[in-house]
Amino acid sequence: MANKRIDAPTGTETVGHEWDGIEELNTPLPRWWLWTFYLTIIFAIVYVVLYPAWPMVDKATAGVLGWSSRGELAEEMRVADQAQQGFRDQLAQIPIERLPDNSDLMARAVAGGRAAFQVNCSQCHGSGGGGDQKLGYPNLNDDAWLWGGDLKAIEYTITHGVRWAGDDQTRQSQMPPFEGAFDDAQLNAVIDHVLSLSGKAKPNAAGAQTFADNCAACHGPSGGGGREFGAARLNDAIWLRGSDRADLKRQILNPRMGAMPAWGERLDPVTIKMLAAYVHSLGGGEDFVEVAKDPEVKVDEQP
Amino acid sequence: MSSPDTTDEGRDRAVVLEDGVAKTNDPVSSAIAQPGATTRRHEPGEPPRTQLPEKLYEKRKAVHNKRIDGPFRRFKWFVMFVTLAIYYGTPWIRWDRGPFAPDQAVLVDLANRRFYMFGIEIWPHEFYFVAGLLIMAGIGLFLVTSAVGRAWCGYACPQTVWTDLFQHIDRFVDGDRNARARLDKAPWGPKKIARRGFKWSIYLIISLATGGAWILYFADAPTLFGDFFSGQAAPVAYITVGILTLTTFTLGGFMREQVCIYMCPWPRIQTAMLDEKSLIVTYKDWRGEPRGSLKKAKRDPEHFGDCIDCNQCVAVCPTGIDIREGPQIGCITCALCIDACDRVMKDIGRPRGLIDYATLEASREEAQGHPAQPAWKALLRPRTLVYFGVWAGIGAGLLFALGTRSHTDLTVSPDRNPPFMLMSDGSIRNSYTLKLRNMESRPREMEVAIEGLPGARMWTDMLNARDAAPSLTFNVPADQIRTVRAYVVAPSDTISSEFTFRLTSVDEQRETDGVETRFDAPAGGS
Repeated sequence: MANKRIDAPTGTETVGHEWDGIEELNTPLPRWWLWTFYLTIIFAIVYVVLYPAWPMVDKATAGVLGWSSRGELAEEMRVADQAQQGFRDQLAQIPIERLPDNSDLMARAVAGGRAAFQVNCSQCHGSGGGGDQKLGYPNLNDDAWLWGGDLKAIEYTITHGVRWAGDDQTRQSQMPPFEGAFDDAQLNAVIDHVLSLSGKAKPNAAGAQTFADNCAACHGPSGGGGREFGAARLNDAIWLRGSDRADLKRQILNPRMGAMPAWGERLDPVTIKMLAAYVHSLGGGEDFVEVAKDPEVKVDEQP
Repeated sequence: MSSPDTTDEGRDRAVVLEDGVAKTNDPVSSAIAQPGATTRRHEPGEPPRTQLPEKLYEKRKAVHNKRIDGPFRRFKWFVMFVTLAIYYGTPWIRWDRGPFAPDQAVLVDLANRRFYMFGIEIWPHEFYFVAGLLIMAGIGLFLVTSAVGRAWCGYACPQTVWTDLFQHIDRFVDGDRNARARLDKAPWGPKKIARRGFKWSIYLIISLATGGAWILYFADAPTLFGDFFSGQAAPVAYITVGILTLTTFTLGGFMREQVCIYMCPWPRIQTAMLDEKSLIVTYKDWRGEPRGSLKKAKRDPEHFGDCIDCNQCVAVCPTGIDIREGPQIGCITCALCIDACDRVMKDIGRPRGLIDYATLEASREEAQGHPAQPAWKALLRPRTLVYFGVWAGIGAGLLFALGTRSHTDLTVSPDRNPPFMLMSDGSIRNSYTLKLRNMESRPREMEVAIEGLPGARMWTDMLNARDAAPSLTFNVPADQIRTVRAYVVAPSDTISSEFTFRLTSVDEQRETDGVETRFDAPAGGS
């Protein structure tokens, strides 16, 4: 506006606007403010040159430093991995059954296994390893093991999986469906017998006979289970798929069998070792017992 | 201010009457605004105002305080040496705590989150001790202010101590008051550059020592000292030293009294806390006024007071004020003017204490002819005693808490998922994460036992279930927390209930801590 004038008392030019007699003085910005403003401009220019700044079609301008947040993360991950390298090397070399002898290494393996468990295993087995009875995911905290609960057996199960088609060394077994094989009386008798093994029902001779004919081959004469076939132990308090008569009936007539991926395809051996150590540490881990050499066989060391 | 009704004669010509509204030529400035000033707007038609607003800002006048000696100056020397010795020397004091803890007497170990002070070690969860100390420091300032006014400002404040130190450097390099003022005015030349360069390098060395001493409180002093000069210290150490060197250099070397007058909130707070019973440095105007030179006073002893207007009180003042103008924000009550005035009074044969520590109340009484009160009597009054009581109470409480605190602690967090599980023999298992805290600087055996859960046994993730027992003993490293995963198994007929983990240190102390937690079972209470 043209109406700019010098305000006499202050000696300052007005901005030229007037609202009902109220005018505004055109007070310049403080110098420190102005310099700070110029500095921010300089900073911005330097920043644009050095760092990613302008968004383009695919990605932003790169900046001469070549910095990126992904790159920074990758670098940090690399440093973290490097920091673990010594421990991982140690773990790679030690046979897993020797791990408990080195309590420090064991503790680190358990800690690493806990992290890996949350990422890879908790989806089925639960974040606390508690499993799920309805869906038949085994509880890993207890002392019942289908395929063995020592470190080596756990490592094997994790590596090769259970009934996993892609792995020819996978834990494999099949319980036949007994649909139509028993009449109702037989079925009830054998259910009674199975429940009696853990004291939940009265024993009966007919059931025992049917059990001995059909089941004992895998589950053992007294229901002790068989780990070589992953046959469940029937004379304890733990029931993977429930202990009701209906649960048992369904399982006998049309058994459901769990499957687990062979993690050896996806995880490196060290991570699997850590997972095995963690699962073993959940409270039900068993000691590894070396298969005793047959005392009858004399090993002739001198050819 | 005049009103529209005022008659023309006797009217203030600076006020223009227009449309029944008085408008003035008086400067309009927020600094001197009077009620109604905003309505007295200057109209374009009016003649230009004769006065411009007062300047709100003033260029600093350098303070060249004169050397003085006297009891207060000596006390100030004493406090300065003590405080500086404490600041620079403390990190070097050693204190044997055995092989598992640092041997530095005062150490703020941020990396390991420990604070060591001689025989006391404080963990982060005991930070209330530090908070208590800070509260004591705050109330201590109240106490000191209520008793002896701004004594903190005058003697012990770091800004005062370092300003004093730098002013001594000024005197050492450039000479006393007059020489310094001359050099200030002198044009820049090789000589002045050399002088200034020399002085500022001394400033810088002191600043570096000050910034450098700070970081020694946060790490082992001899190690860090070596690392610092061999370039191996952490970047944060160099940054900290750099910042503190810079602040010491500028605040102590150049800004000095401006920090007290413009930047520091404490003088403002203290001003509000002083009352007529606080001891402050007072010029006894009833005795000194009217001022007159010694010659004038000799000619007319009846008319003139004791002040001979020699300006010694102004010359020695480290903040450059004139105490004769009365109590003011710039007065840090360092009492150097008392030293200066007493010396002059002695020379001219008049009684000392024309400028003296006195309360306003005592001054009023003294002015009315009552005998002067001894200064210490001002200390004993309810307000001071209440402050002292609160201060001492908090101190005693902290000491009590420190004396009775346990060096053993247990925390328990039960697993939520799964809350319980059955073992193959039907017994019920729960899992817990235990944290065993050992606050002694030596490894200790600690026993964890289960109380109130019949038949229960426990084992851990590093033990075999075979070794389960009603109580287990763990070795907890010195000054550490050990985390233990504990599996507690109870017979199959156990119902959900509360029970207690009992931690006992297996040593002559037998310190103990119990934590009640829950055992979940398929049956029983919810």
